[in-house]
Amino acid sequence: MNDTLVKLNDIRRTFRVGEISVHVLRGISLTIERGAYVALTGSSGSGKTTLMNLLGCLDRPTSGEYWLDGVEVSRMSSDARAMIRNRKIGFVFQNFNLLPRTTALEQVMMPLAYTNTGLSERDAKARAIDLLKMVGLGERMDHRPSQLSGGQQQRVAIARALINQPPVLFADEPTGNLDSRTTAEILEMFDRLNRAEGITIILVTHDPTVAGHARRNIRLRDGMIESDTVREGPPPPLQSHSAPAAHAESQVA
Amino acid sequence: MTIRKTLGTAVRALRRNITRSALTVLGIVIGIAAVIAMMEIGKGSSGSISRTIASMGANNLLIFPGTASTGGVSFGGGSSLTLTAEDCDAILRECSAIAAAAPLVRARPQIVYQDKNWVPTFVYGSTPAYLTVRDWSQLADGDIFTDADVRNASRVCVVGQTLVRELFGGQNPVGKEIRVKNVAFTVVGVLTPKGANAFGMDQDDILLAPWTTIKYRVSGSSTASSTTASTATTSSNSADSTFPGAKAVFPAQSSTQSADAPMPVRFANVDQVIMSATAGDQIRPAIREVTALLRERHRLQPGEPDDFSIRDMTESANALASTTNMMTNLLLAVALISLVVGGVGIMNIMLVSVTERTREIGLRMAVGARSRDILRQFLTEATLLCLIGGLLGLALGRGAALMVQKFLRWPIESSVEAIIASIVVSAAVGIVFGFYPAWKASRLDPIEALRYE
Repeated sequence: MNDTLVKLNDIRRTFRVGEISVHVLRGISLTIERGAYVALTGSSGSGKTTLMNLLGCLDRPTSGEYWLDGVEVSRMSSDARAMIRNRKIGFVFQNFNLLPRTTALEQVMMPLAYTNTGLSERDAKARAIDLLKMVGLGERMDHRPSQLSGGQQQRVAIARALINQPPVLFADEPTGNLDSRTTAEILEMFDRLNRAEGITIILVTHDPTVAGHARRNIRLRDGMIESDTVREGPPPPLQSHSAPAAHAESQVA
Repeated sequence: MTIRKTLGTAVRALRRNITRSALTVLGIVIGIAAVIAMMEIGKGSSGSISRTIASMGANNLLIFPGTASTGGVSFGGGSSLTLTAEDCDAILRECSAIAAAAPLVRARPQIVYQDKNWVPTFVYGSTPAYLTVRDWSQLADGDIFTDADVRNASRVCVVGQTLVRELFGGQNPVGKEIRVKNVAFTVVGVLTPKGANAFGMDQDDILLAPWTTIKYRVSGSSTASSTTASTATTSSNSADSTFPGAKAVFPAQSSTQSADAPMPVRFANVDQVIMSATAGDQIRPAIREVTALLRERHRLQPGEPDDFSIRDMTESANALASTTNMMTNLLLAVALISLVVGGVGIMNIMLVSVTERTREIGLRMAVGARSRDILRQFLTEATLLCLIGGLLGLALGRGAALMVQKFLRWPIESSVEAIIASIVVSAAVGIVFGFYPAWKASRLDPIEALRYE
């Protein structure tokens, strides 16, 4: 299954800050196959978060074409993009973004509220329970975020991202707030999802160790692709002393 | 997003912050409670006032005889002799808007029982239907006289509570004999107490007898003795001579004179006809029907003035009812203001909630919520909050009204309209005041919202 999942054609994104136009993405073209495991890296201000938002259909490019799963999505209405986000994309965030005072099970089921399938309450619940078991939280379905560790919270978030069986999972600094041991756990889970379930994973990171887990590494610099390397062979071992990543750089929006 | 899912999400969101939800709802609870309590108390008061008015005959109509005039000389109101008891029967027979009618003959005689005497405010000659018209049919003791008594001009009467007190010293008067202007009457019944009317007159100070008896045995002689013949005027009867103080203006007729100049006319006119309309809104049709009937019976040509006049009590009833209505509306306005304040409170808290949950909104958008889903969710939360508040307020308001009834002994009246209105109003408050925060939430940019700290 080596068909194209993501195809970008000369994507540009310009933000207007008062009188000044800031060119954040300056002509990005790339293709990502189904089942790929891609890391987007780059220094602060290189445009990787902006690219991530575009890929995740949260934002629209100023110009260029974006084909996701064979559909041109860059000119879609916001409602249509919401539907794409719901059905085709899973998101994992650096700060987990779980709802406060809500049980893990309810968190995982939440996206289904916006899905227009005839999925019954019982089937939805069964699916959420399966996913929580898969991420190893079968015993903690009634726990609230305050009763879960960071790694567990991120695993709930991963289960939530997968509830609609999306072909692609976007992760924005997924391990940024985790220590090295839980980082290893989460990355292991990504590996497994990628290999066993065939889910395409695209993650943004600073951490070379995390990037090293991906099979393809796209490096951005000043809104352009600096390098695009594909690694062969097994992933390198994790550095045990890797400090929690520095705070994610904030992008001018 | 289905309604069930939306509701579920809203309930979960409200439960997540139960204290704040409760405090937010308080404004609506108090507002609705105030509205309900005011409505129930206000309606109770106006209901009791209208019952008071009804007890003095809100639906009642009075027919008075008109003016008689001879050669340009008017004899004043009530001087026409054309209103008769037969008119009364005809009205009852032919006017569909009239529920009951009774002729009335007034007198003001002195009443004597043993060593006591008394002049009642009202001495009425009528038919048993009088008590139906006045909504007074329940007797405290004994029975009302019968239609046969009316036909026979029987000397029987029914007395009010004041007479029982003043003449009989509280003893049961049924079966006792009293003298009304020296005519002996047997008391056959005692009326229930009715209290003062709107003008402060004691309605229990009454003696009720067949109109024929009052007219022919008490007020006047059986032959007409005065030309204007208003039966209420004092006229002589056979007992006059027994009182030394009474001085005859004219020398008494001798039996020869009487035989020479008989006055065979037996006037059958009555002083008044009292009727009740079938319902409050039937008063105007009733007046129309009765007017048409009486003009026909009195053979009045078109263009000729009525020889009677009809009065109704709606004027005074309306005046009193509008006063209480105004009070109710005033209190309602105050209560509505508190409801608006409650609504502003909802809006305020919802705005805070939207700001506080910016990240949640961003997340929901990232996993596929459209702006209209977000709008609907926050609107549902606000409306649900207000509805819950409305129901609690309903309970509280009813409770308050019941307390007022129990401890202050104020009349209250529950109204289905008020309950429905308060539910609708609280939902409307939720929608109106919840819309702006919900709209604000739905306009958020997911990228910004996700990054919001």
